[in-house]
Amino acid sequence: MTVHRGSARRSRLHTVIGVLLTAVMLFPVYWMLNVSLTPQQDMRKSPPDLLPLHPTFEGYRAVLNDQMPYLGTSLLIGLGTVVLTLVLAAPAGFALARLRPWGGGFLGLALLVAQMIPGIVMAMGFYGIFLDLGLLNSWWGLIIADSTIAVPFGVMIFTAFMSGIPGELIAAARIDGAGTWRTFLSVVLPVSRNAVVTVSLFSFLWAWSDFVFANTLDGGGDLRPITLGIYHYIGNNNQEWNAIMATAVVASIPAAVLLVLAQRYVAAGVTAGAVKD
Amino acid sequence: MTIARVDRRSQRSPARSGATGATHGKDSSALRRRQRRRSRLTALAFLAPLVVYLAAFYLYPLYRNLDLSLRDYTVRSFVAGDAPFSGLDNFRTVLGDPTFGPAMRHTMIFTFVSIAFQYVAGLALAVFFNRHFRLAGTLRALFLIPWLLPLIVSASTWSWMFNSESGVINYALHLVGVSPVDWLNSPDWALTSVVIANIWIGIPFNLVILYSGLQNIPAELYEAAALDGASAWQQFRRVTFPLLRPVSAITLLLGLVYTLKVFDLIWIMTKGGPGDASSTLATWSYQLGFGTLLPKFGPGAAVGNILILIALVFGLLYIRVQRRQEA
Repeated sequence: MTVHRGSARRSRLHTVIGVLLTAVMLFPVYWMLNVSLTPQQDMRKSPPDLLPLHPTFEGYRAVLNDQMPYLGTSLLIGLGTVVLTLVLAAPAGFALARLRPWGGGFLGLALLVAQMIPGIVMAMGFYGIFLDLGLLNSWWGLIIADSTIAVPFGVMIFTAFMSGIPGELIAAARIDGAGTWRTFLSVVLPVSRNAVVTVSLFSFLWAWSDFVFANTLDGGGDLRPITLGIYHYIGNNNQEWNAIMATAVVASIPAAVLLVLAQRYVAAGVTAGAVKD
Repeated sequence: MTIARVDRRSQRSPARSGATGATHGKDSSALRRRQRRRSRLTALAFLAPLVVYLAAFYLYPLYRNLDLSLRDYTVRSFVAGDAPFSGLDNFRTVLGDPTFGPAMRHTMIFTFVSIAFQYVAGLALAVFFNRHFRLAGTLRALFLIPWLLPLIVSASTWSWMFNSESGVINYALHLVGVSPVDWLNSPDWALTSVVIANIWIGIPFNLVILYSGLQNIPAELYEAAALDGASAWQQFRRVTFPLLRPVSAITLLLGLVYTLKVFDLIWIMTKGGPGDASSTLATWSYQLGFGTLLPKFGPGAAVGNILILIALVFGLLYIRVQRRQEA
């Protein structure tokens, strides 16, 4: 009985410590929120207000006025990247997992190496190519560039997941007369829902947060993503930090929403890249 | 990832057994060969888009980058595409540049200090969250937020927190009686500032991977250790740490490969400055290629290629460790 009560008390202590650690870790996120609500005249107050005592929404009004088109572009680029990544990665993952292709091992290795190439180097190569093709400053040029971050990851997730599908399921589809393509579309893909969600989640987040490609390949025009919106906001007026932080808050919303809605896919995606099983 | 294992498993796959099981006798081997050829073609068709994509959007940009680093480019010749071949001149220029030494040193410091702290913090938190207590799962999920935020968001938030006059960090230092530091504009502190922000971003990744490694350690081992009277610290030293070693190796190597590439964070917070106090190979490469009105594409690409070489060394080490783990 005493043991039980002792362990209950210890568990409560752990919860308290856990909450404190989380609070410390998330302090910058809180601070971003707090600054986004701070009135301009209090911005340089010392000591700073630790709580938004006089909240103002002028920062958010500025976001709505200035940044909406950027948010739209980011959404477009994010969704485009998801579609492109799924279309390329899902069939390839199926082939690598199930069809015993010639050169499959080499391809797997190439994909691993592809993930190690710095984005800044890719950006320089893309700059030359896009210049030749007239693709600079275009949203679909950015979709192509952003997908290079997600495609190798996507193929690996699909390969790992699809090789875990029971063989009987696929054999049954064969017996029913389905060809490989039919089997893939109507048996393998629906069963792989978790992998589809994980890959979509990460391709969207990476495309949404991309700064390197946006900053090198998208120099002008109206169709610029939100990361550039914030970057230029900082460059042009480093006074209105409430507006900058309000934009940052808004730009973080997809990450927050996805974390809440798809928590277990997030954890699965982080580990899948590194550790087997 | 698990390519080797995947191959092995697909060989055992009974996918074709339904068809081959029905035929017997002499014809079966010819039939089987034809079927195998057809399934090879099908596999190729499924892989073709990916292969074309990799050739067009990985190999070709990399080739262009290599080509860039071996030619003498000006803005005009970059557009016209008639830059003369200059061999390794760009590499010589870069290696002889006064920025090379500091950029290399900063890259090493940034990478190693970041992953050392990320790993230690991640491991401590993973061990902590491995206990059963209320809210453990929720809090662990919340820890992922810094990793999921767009880097521009984290970088600008940290910039404001590090602000010399109105930053909350200097205010906190003031409370404990330390005089304010001009974090981002001081040559002594700029690199430290970006390292601190980078550690914060990387902790979640380490936490999640190490936590999943801890989950695979059988609970009986701890029970046995506890029966033998091992303290919590002894259990960590004798059970947790040794059994986690393969996962730790993977985490550290992957962290190394990722951190070498970091560009956005440093660029947004300090632009590699002041001077080159916080410039790394990645920011220097960008600075040369895109940072000025008179871009030096050749040297920029040369720095990029040096960065690739370094990343590949650690990358191959990573692949080796992972292969050995799977064997």
